[in-house]
Amino acid sequence: MKVTGFVKDKTLYIALSGEMDECSSQEARTKCDKLIEDNLSVSKIIINLADVAFMDSTGIGFLIGRYKKASRLALPLYITKPNFAADKILNLSGIYSLIPKAE
Amino acid sequence: MTTNYLKLQFYSLPRNQAFARDAVAAFCLELNPTLADLSDVKTAVSEAVTNCTVHAYKGNLGIVTIECEIEDNSLHIKVSDTGRGIADVTKAIQPFYTSAPSDERSGMGFTIMQTFMDEFNVNSIQGEGTVVYMTKCFKAEVENA
Repeated sequence: MKVTGFVKDKTLYIALSGEMDECSSQEARTKCDKLIEDNLSVSKIIINLADVAFMDSTGIGFLIGRYKKASRLALPLYITKPNFAADKILNLSGIYSLIPKAE
Repeated sequence: MTTNYLKLQFYSLPRNQAFARDAVAAFCLELNPTLADLSDVKTAVSEAVTNCTVHAYKGNLGIVTIECEIEDNSLHIKVSDTGRGIADVTKAIQPFYTSAPSDERSGMGFTIMQTFMDEFNVNSIQGEGTVVYMTKCFKAEVENA
């Protein structure tokens, strides 16, 4: 799973790309957390899921983990552009009440 | 009547999760599934196989068996392991229940299987293993006029 990030207007944009499952999630966690730790001066984080071709419930665990991390740092976290299938899982889990969808 | 059958056996390695869900998805293509239905099947299979790796065998090497049958417009999937089994299935299938909260597990695996598939059932015997049965009914193909 590819994880890339950049900062613009005090916002950390993290883009995930590939298939998110139990096998790929560990690497994604490490990379994502490093991006967050390297950019502590931002005021919010947006995770872009547009290029996540597949996601199972591992994705929910992954996002809740990043939400907890961001909360400890008092940084609001948002999700953007999940595909149809990812959106279905995220809706089912109720995760949008913790991590709202950003435009 | 069963018109097609597939049996897959593989090691419970995390890297086989993608292979397993893609193989089942490829097998049901003859039923002309919509992309949404195909994605439901892939996700449900991924959940069942992940449970084998993470819970049934707890990271030890074991054999996962997937059997698929096509009957009319339905795909029946059976995912079985010979791992440690589930002590309390009713509890395990509850949304957000996880036996490993510290690992960032969502506890939504069984809920997803149940929600995304049309039929779902789990049989488990402690110390012997677990079998998950799932069925997806695809809409009959509409002939173009």
